[in-house]
Amino acid sequence: MSTRVPVVEKILSANERLAAENRARLDNKGVFSLNFMASPGAGKTSLIEQTVRKLAGQLNIAVIDGDIATSIDADRAAAAGAIAVQINTGGECHLDAAMLQDALPKLDLEKIDVLIVENVGNLVCPASFPLGTHQSILIASIPEGDDKPYKYPGMYRGVDALIINKVDLLPYIPFNMEYFRRGVELLNPGLVTFPLSCRSEEGIEGWLNWVLEAVRNFGKTR
Amino acid sequence: MHELPVTESILEISLRHARQAEARRITDLYLVIGQLASIVDDSVQFYWDIISKDTLADGARLHFRRIETEMRCLDCSLNYKPAASDMACPSCGGSNVRVIAGEEFFLESIDVES
Repeated sequence: MSTRVPVVEKILSANERLAAENRARLDNKGVFSLNFMASPGAGKTSLIEQTVRKLAGQLNIAVIDGDIATSIDADRAAAAGAIAVQINTGGECHLDAAMLQDALPKLDLEKIDVLIVENVGNLVCPASFPLGTHQSILIASIPEGDDKPYKYPGMYRGVDALIINKVDLLPYIPFNMEYFRRGVELLNPGLVTFPLSCRSEEGIEGWLNWVLEAVRNFGKTR
Repeated sequence: MHELPVTESILEISLRHARQAEARRITDLYLVIGQLASIVDDSVQFYWDIISKDTLADGARLHFRRIETEMRCLDCSLNYKPAASDMACPSCGGSNVRVIAGEEFFLESIDVES
């Protein structure tokens, strides 16, 4: 005899459960955490290097690096002065909450103020897998083109701040900032954005101040 | 790309509910997938055929119900299906809009034999 059994369970509920556990653990240890997401080559690692270097002395920053196979990014973060841990996803296109949960014990969270998780370079999947971090940061870059919010709406919708990297290339690349910003505004009204260049360092200050302010606010709400 | 872990999750959820219902076999699964959920039906089906083998769900059929993206303009209260290239409100052109459907991704129900 056939019976219909109602389920109504989110397919990714297991990930969301683990993400909540990660969040509780980070809250408990007083670690403010950021999830850096972007397409490959947008400048995630460069922004990490800049952030770690410029805020050294003010904050203890750790980096967990998601990469399909290599440790190139974690090595760069470590060279910049961060405590760095590598996660090799073995081909998986995004980090998930379980991978972050496995990586956290490798860090002495008591000694860390800020944890930056560098997701796998990918503009599709990472948005569907919350990790439990406090804020999600999307790094866009000028050479990617101004149509990316329209083509990858999922990524633009779920983030708390947007970096627009490589603005030093604006004179050389056709990029309609108004069109780009309109797409962002439709998907994520009022989203705070930081046009900057990790290479020329213009605009970096605004981003660093945002991080410092976010860490202060995090401290107050705990 | 990430359909394998997703399909494993579908299997885990369906087996758990089937066991709770003391079912002998799962014959059908009814999935609801929003357009924004970036999940490919064929890819889920491909993995499903492999990983459901020798489980209670061996041979079960997957049914996909797709939900179109729907938005709401907060300024003029219009609900609309956005064009692919422009998500702005078609009535007032405004950008004060919210997604109200299209992000769904859940297992709605299963058919089981007891």
